[in-house]
Amino acid sequence: MNWIWSNLDLIWDRTVDHLVLSVPPIILSFFISLPLGWLAYRFQLGRGVILTGVGLLYAIPSLPLFIVLPAIVGTNVRDPLNLIIALTIYGVALMVRVVADGLDSVDTDVRQSATAVGFSGWTLFWQVQLPLAGPVLLAGLRVVAVSTVSLATVGAVIGVASLGSLFTDGFQRGIQAEIVAGIVMTVLLALTFDWALVGLGRLLMPWSRAVGPSLLARWAALRSPGAAAAAPAPAAGEEAAK
Amino acid sequence: MNLFIDALNWILDPANYVGPGSIPIRLFEHVVFTFVTLLIASAIAVPLGFLIGHTGHGRALAIAVSGGLRALPTLGLLTLVALWVGIGLDAPYVALTILAIPPILAGAYTGFEAIDRATIDAARAVGMSEGQIVRKVEIPLGLPLLIGGLRSGTLQVVATATLAAYVADFGLGRFLFSGLKTNDYAELLGGSLLVILLALVLEGIFSVIQRIVVPRGVSAGRPPEVRARSARPRPGMETTIAEGIN
Repeated sequence: MNWIWSNLDLIWDRTVDHLVLSVPPIILSFFISLPLGWLAYRFQLGRGVILTGVGLLYAIPSLPLFIVLPAIVGTNVRDPLNLIIALTIYGVALMVRVVADGLDSVDTDVRQSATAVGFSGWTLFWQVQLPLAGPVLLAGLRVVAVSTVSLATVGAVIGVASLGSLFTDGFQRGIQAEIVAGIVMTVLLALTFDWALVGLGRLLMPWSRAVGPSLLARWAALRSPGAAAAAPAPAAGEEAAK
Repeated sequence: MNLFIDALNWILDPANYVGPGSIPIRLFEHVVFTFVTLLIASAIAVPLGFLIGHTGHGRALAIAVSGGLRALPTLGLLTLVALWVGIGLDAPYVALTILAIPPILAGAYTGFEAIDRATIDAARAVGMSEGQIVRKVEIPLGLPLLIGGLRSGTLQVVATATLAAYVADFGLGRFLFSGLKTNDYAELLGGSLLVILLALVLEGIFSVIQRIVVPRGVSAGRPPEVRARSARPRPGMETTIAEGIN
């Protein structure tokens, strides 16, 4: 405990470093995923190619990616920019599939009605499909945020300062409190991002006020292999009831 | 591209294939470690997941625990356990088993949950015992999602086993850390490429297994993929962002 009180400055600095590393990838991955996810949604061929591609990208272990990336884009291994690019790649890999699924989840009747009353492809996307897919996108973005915050710590072993530096430093110097402080701050930061995104969602999508089960449950469901199966289960039940 | 040629030369250099710490030995260590970790994690998570999936009890707890575990930064857990139990293989085994449990557990119980309740009721109606329902209905139908969970778990362990070289002298991650220390980018990049290759090969193997284990009756009844699909989940179609955290 003493270590924590006498090193609050250090913990704060690393937290700020961590913020700088993790905020850009979350925002970037959202905007990069939109067109890619739309392509996967719109074209059958694109779906196979894009979704397989992002699946493979996501399979690449983080530490090796941090190291391979500089050889491809020419950044320095210890450059924070390198880490931001890598984390953006993981974010996109997660988010593209979510965007495609989200657009899929928009009711066909709604889409056809919108076309019938005169929406063009462009306005249909921005004014009908995107808002209706919003809740799904938000759920996906929350996963991206939490996993980005957690992944950013790995950068510490290649020398990019973040809350992960508290792990490497604490390990080398044998200070348990430092590692625990790092873990607690990382989890807190992830939760803060999660709450912020939920708040943003309420602000932008007041119609989806009833978010349903607890945040943790939704989040875990989305991350689990059975997400597609688990999430729409109530809907299936309703169908059966009819 | 010169960097990649250097890395390829490093991978193909015969000198890296002899003696202790050679590429085959490191690869072997990495694979064995991954396999053993998955075995331990499965021994804990699969029965537990089946129990939760079959009875429906403890689901909320399982979700909360696996959600909470996933928020843990892997490096933090690894270094903390290493400080407790000392440098060596024990720490990675403990830490990675903990990390591999959530995806496998989730795969096991969501596999059961995705099964149409009518199917299970039908099995009960024709006189199957609870044990028979689990063995002959729920496990075969839930297998694709369980394999999906194992796939996420495997990816996660392979990736994190690389990090584990930070606290123990084993696995392909060793090349990364020794390359970092000596600023040998060829070794660094070569080692990274080997890990990536291993991860992609395992991913490929699992996607094939996942297709194979779909019971014949289920795949025969699976409707063709059409544009306007219903939201109803179909067992055996694993299409979520399930892959593990790296």
